[in-house]
Amino acid sequence: MALEIMEGSIAIAQAVRRCRPQVVAAYPITPQTHIVEALAEIVANGELSADYITVESEFSALSACEGAVAAGSRAYSATTSQGLALMFEVCFNMAGMRLPLVMTIANRAMGAPLSIWNDQQDSIALRDAGWLQLYAEDNQEAVDLHYIGYRVAEDHRVLLPVMVCFDGFVLSHTYEPVDMLTQEEVDAYLPPFVPKFMLDAKNPVSMGMYATPDYYPEFRYETDLAQKRALEVIREAGREFGEQFGRDYSALVESYRMDDAETAIIAMGSICGTTKEAVDEMRDAGKRVGLVRLRTFRPFPTEDLREALSGVSRVAVLDRNVSLGAGGTVHRGAVVLEVKDALYGEPIPVLDYVIGLGGRDVRIEDIKRVVELCEAGDGDRFYGLRTEVL
Amino acid sequence: MTFETWLRADRLPHIWCSGCSNGTILNCTLTAVDDLGLDPDRTVFVGGIGCSSRSVGYVATDSLHTTHGRALAFATGVKLADPTLNVLVFTGDGDLAAIGGNHFIHSCRRNIDLTVVCMNNLIYGMTGGQGSPTTPPGALSTTTPYGASEPAFDLAQLAVAAGANYVARWTSYHVRELERAIRAGIETPGLSFIEVRASCPTNYGRRNRLRDVTDQIEIFRTRSMLKAKYDRLVAAGSPVPPDAIVVGEFVRRANPVMGVPP
Ligand SMILES: Cc1ncc(C[n+]2csc(CCOP(=O)(O)OP(=O)(O)O)c2C)c(N)n1
Ligand code: SF4
Repeated sequence: MALEIMEGSIAIAQAVRRCRPQVVAAYPITPQTHIVEALAEIVANGELSADYITVESEFSALSACEGAVAAGSRAYSATTSQGLALMFEVCFNMAGMRLPLVMTIANRAMGAPLSIWNDQQDSIALRDAGWLQLYAEDNQEAVDLHYIGYRVAEDHRVLLPVMVCFDGFVLSHTYEPVDMLTQEEVDAYLPPFVPKFMLDAKNPVSMGMYATPDYYPEFRYETDLAQKRALEVIREAGREFGEQFGRDYSALVESYRMDDAETAIIAMGSICGTTKEAVDEMRDAGKRVGLVRLRTFRPFPTEDLREALSGVSRVAVLDRNVSLGAGGTVHRGAVVLEVKDALYGEPIPVLDYVIGLGGRDVRIEDIKRVVELCEAGDGDRFYGLRTEVL
Repeated sequence: MTFETWLRADRLPHIWCSGCSNGTILNCTLTAVDDLGLDPDRTVFVGGIGCSSRSVGYVATDSLHTTHGRALAFATGVKLADPTLNVLVFTGDGDLAAIGGNHFIHSCRRNIDLTVVCMNNLIYGMTGGQGSPTTPPGALSTTTPYGASEPAFDLAQLAVAAGANYVARWTSYHVRELERAIRAGIETPGLSFIEVRASCPTNYGRRNRLRDVTDQIEIFRTRSMLKAKYDRLVAAGSPVPPDAIVVGEFVRRANPVMGVPP
């Protein structure tokens, strides 16, 4: 294993190159730009045999990818925030047609007001689109989830597109040591794409046709079943990855210092790095606290989460998004709703903290403060607001 | 009044790089609206997203800083809600012709009464210099590292073909001509499109041997060819230098329009 210090975006581009997509279509948007600029150069240098299309919008980017996959190619795109919002229609369409893809999301806040900084509102807003959503804590994981992502997406038990979400700027523009697999290693792990259905003049199929009320619900049901099957396929692909390369991604949730924990913090993405530091410091101070990190948000690992939380007395969820209007008179993000659903019937208080929106920094002391608030039963609120709005 | 009374001084300093021509173009536009005596209370500036579109935030009138590519759609709503307003749009080549290309041709087709100033710097400036639909073949950008291979749009010709009542092109070197064109655009009912060839030393110049701002301005000065001369050359079958920037008025007509008070 040879560690290289690389910018997150460049590492992603290098990983994508090793996945050998035949079509890359993307429209630039901060903080995704470095990924697609690097890929444009990789393709122009002949280091990847692919067509790089400088499309005129994200809408075209994902549409071109969808067409490419329908025609039997492996494709790739990357975007964030407003760009992902513009892809909304195509996202549903692609999952509905059961066309696999990996798309990187460099998570960023949604406008208005305009913000180029990190939170997870963008991908969370596409929760119900049928895409698998994987969240990386650091750049090594972000890179590896691309290999795993293609394996899972193209598995005939799944056939759904995948978003690999990594936090904009915090990861995308940060230099970290990364172990880049060789092309041979990736080839040994990720076989060429074998479409289950594809456009083929000799054997014509029609994709995306009209479904009458007599058939429509069954399509949705089948797609939801594919999401359920993906739980096991991700575990399998993650386990095999660990067997081949030593980094095991079979767990859909990662438990950090959860033995005998009374308070569990639940989070996704790079905030978990800070949270682990905070947990260490709190443990040193004698507090029984741990972190449960969600690696998959779709499919939601309900059973795994229940198991990880067995024995805790309270749960604090860090939501880097807000589900505006959710929760009646209290404030809630999307993750806590899933956690509450998973723990329904358990006498464990689950409190939510809407935190770090629009790039607001979350520090170790903030995580410690959240735990104190949770212990005091004070939650379901925004954390760290400017006092003038209170 | 002068153009300075139209500037929102509390928003300065602006975000633009030194040597960027957006400030010049903003000043020309504000001078034009000031010369015409427009009422700031009855004037709205609409922009999409980009360095160029950012201009709307520096104007001391109501302004709408919208989403990338959609300035014309938002402006259409503003104008139809109150046709007595003067509505001006600041946009860039990416905002207008890439992600917003559909709104561009349809606004021209409807001939809605807007004045659109497009700062065409041949690149996506704000996001760091990726190729746009006006990047000339062969030009370097971060997504065309060995030169753009696709043909580029001629925005002025596109607006003429799509039906705009007033179309002109100038460069940021031609400040007087540009002011006059914007005035004419505001005075002409219907869609007025003023393309301004703009300099982006940071993201276009740097990669295309135009890092020095004066080099870019020199190109605007020496390679611009008046539309009338261009037409004469074409009519005579004489060769036109391939790198000529054709400037001047492309069309001024009185076709039926949308969005003027009854
Ligand atoms: C839907 C969407 N996609 C992408 C972006 C990112 N973006 C912001 S400005 C811009 C390009 C700007 O280029 P142009 O309109 O030519 O203006 P300039 O900055 O060159 O003046 C892009 C791609 C965005 N804000 N929204
Ligand atoms: S990047 Fe280019 S267009 Fe944007 S402010 Fe700088 S010089 Fe102007």
